[in-house]
Amino acid sequence: MPEVLKAPLVVEFPFTRSLGPVQSAFLTGLRERVVLGVRTVDGRTLVPPVEYDPVTSEELSELVEVAGTGTVTTWAWNHESRRGQPLDRPFAWVLVRLDGADTGLLHALDAPGGPDSVHTGMRVRVRWAGERSGAITDIACFEPHDDGIAELTGSDGRFENPVTGIVAPARLDYTYSPGRAQSAYIHALAERRVVGERCPSCRKVYVPPRGACPTCGVATSERVEVGPRGTVTTYCIVNIKAKNLDIEVPYVYAHIALDGADLALHGRIGGIPYDQVRMGLRVEPVWSDGGGHPDHYRPTGEPDADYETYKELL
Amino acid sequence: MSPATRPASSRASSPASSQATTPATGKEPVAVVGIGQTKHVAARRDVSIAGLVREAARRALEDAELTWADIDAVVIGKAPDFFEGVMMPELYLADALGAVGKPMLRVHTAGSVGGSTALVATNLIAGRVHGTVLTLAYEKQSESNAMWGLSLPIPFQQPLLAGAGGFFAPHVRAYMRRTGAPDTVGSLVAYKDRRNALKNPYAHLHEHDITLEKVQASPMLWDPIRYSETCPSSDGACAMVLTDRAGAARSPRPAAWMHGGAMRSEPTLFAGKDFVSPQAGKDCAADVYRQAGIADPRRDIDAVEMYVPFSWYEPMWLENLGFADEGEGWKLTESGVTELDGDLPVNMSGGVLSTNPIGASGMIRFAEAALQVRGQAGEHQVDGARRVLGHAYGGGSQFFSMWLVGAEPPTS
Repeated sequence: MPEVLKAPLVVEFPFTRSLGPVQSAFLTGLRERVVLGVRTVDGRTLVPPVEYDPVTSEELSELVEVAGTGTVTTWAWNHESRRGQPLDRPFAWVLVRLDGADTGLLHALDAPGGPDSVHTGMRVRVRWAGERSGAITDIACFEPHDDGIAELTGSDGRFENPVTGIVAPARLDYTYSPGRAQSAYIHALAERRVVGERCPSCRKVYVPPRGACPTCGVATSERVEVGPRGTVTTYCIVNIKAKNLDIEVPYVYAHIALDGADLALHGRIGGIPYDQVRMGLRVEPVWSDGGGHPDHYRPTGEPDADYETYKELL
Repeated sequence: MSPATRPASSRASSPASSQATTPATGKEPVAVVGIGQTKHVAARRDVSIAGLVREAARRALEDAELTWADIDAVVIGKAPDFFEGVMMPELYLADALGAVGKPMLRVHTAGSVGGSTALVATNLIAGRVHGTVLTLAYEKQSESNAMWGLSLPIPFQQPLLAGAGGFFAPHVRAYMRRTGAPDTVGSLVAYKDRRNALKNPYAHLHEHDITLEKVQASPMLWDPIRYSETCPSSDGACAMVLTDRAGAARSPRPAAWMHGGAMRSEPTLFAGKDFVSPQAGKDCAADVYRQAGIADPRRDIDAVEMYVPFSWYEPMWLENLGFADEGEGWKLTESGVTELDGDLPVNMSGGVLSTNPIGASGMIRFAEAALQVRGQAGEHQVDGARRVLGHAYGGGSQFFSMWLVGAEPPTS
């Protein structure tokens, strides 16, 4: 059996977030070296602040400053720093109850003394980042501290030029495998052959194959070579340039039923002015030098297919 | 919340007493007693996602004259995770929705999710699991990029060459070929929906200077789909308070009663798939009509809020939902039947073509159907609307959810 393919897949996007009044005040405060909490209906101070009361669901708005010093309430040692973490050396994840707060703030503790130097109940203080923008990373980390409670700045929670939104980049690293059937399909494409699979139950030929028939729910294994010629069953003319696609507009994006296949695949039509493409046009693949999928499909010059022959394959 | 912990004043008749008057084998009738939406816009930069959903939920509670304490459970729906990067809304939004200490669950069926979410909430009441449920759906499209979410760079696959519009445009061409519909029908739908939106204060697009000529002169994006025949990208949320018969009896305003509700799905691609009129859509509608005792939808249903993200989907769904014979849907549109003052108004609110926070769009259809039978649709109210269909679809025309709501309680 040919090798099953694998490749890295990175899904990455800089999501933005509007903050609303409470988160806006909290992050703007960090920029100004002020830590704010919010007062709940039952008189507790939550840090970081939340917009809605966790008990009554009421909207919360009374911001209160807490100290930049506090007590570790629990912790876990992080043996090896990974990409995106607050410190580039081993450190402790800590929950810190800041002086004046009733809840713990999750952050990193820089503990050069190693895990033996960290304990629940230890006193710590904020180490501010040199450059601050209104983000949780404006607190670079916490550090051990034995000199009492830090003084408050006297902030009322209102600042000039508040931060109203942040960018929250997300990244997921996958190892993607298309599986046995699609791997075989891709290996065949490298030889400029299109190989689908036939369902043993309904006898339909799937291209690209997915290893199972989506209608019958049974595994497919019988290989069937289809095409390379096919029929344009329907299409649209794309007039807006897609990001990351080096194709000049307008171009035709078509559904193409390869001869012998029981459903259409999608591809671009070239070698003909875009406004002359039509349903029923007979086409063949134009392979790119690098192997893999056809670059596009071009007219074969055959007479158009009769609508009756492809109307179930749109 | 159990009946024992519920404030006595908020529940004159307990679930036990309502069950006493209902056969144990039957379902509990379900009523919509509260509806809330945000004003849908391109970007709500003034609120967090929590603030956005809160606004819709509060309006629904105010409409029902209930408080957070009256809600037994919360059912939430949103767009696929990559569309805005929130993976666990049920975790993030529990406090904003008063769900602390209550069951909260999330529903996920791509673009149809708003409808499916409402139906899951409905079933919790119909099955007498809960008495009153808050259901809500939202999306803040401004904080992400749906086109990116639809085109992840999957290794070994050819990139989707055309985005969402390009995915659906070939199906529109197939519909035109199959039915011989004149190519002006799509612009009639867009012109109608955008004018309807002017009567709906919550709609995103308010194009006061819209004309048919402007629609027809707008550029082709994915020929045969024009710019003015596509949905906008919106930030918005929609919420409903659903309750049982006892809850409806306490409602200060008229209830909308659920007469039928169903969901169906099918694979994205399979040999024999009919993208123009998917079997799952036909089956879903047939199930709803059977439950509601609808023999002839064209005659028995007064109006429809259907999921039309590209104008041509109106005639396509008119056929798929049984309002017209195959090949005849465009004639209803062309002859004005689907206009606000027509015989079968469609998308009185302005529809998805005027407002599209994707994750909420299905629920907005369901809520607008309920507003109509409650007589509370304001300027876009259809006179005498007694039975109205709400419809949503999603994915590659593969998820369907629908409900039929009526002004009267179901008789069976």
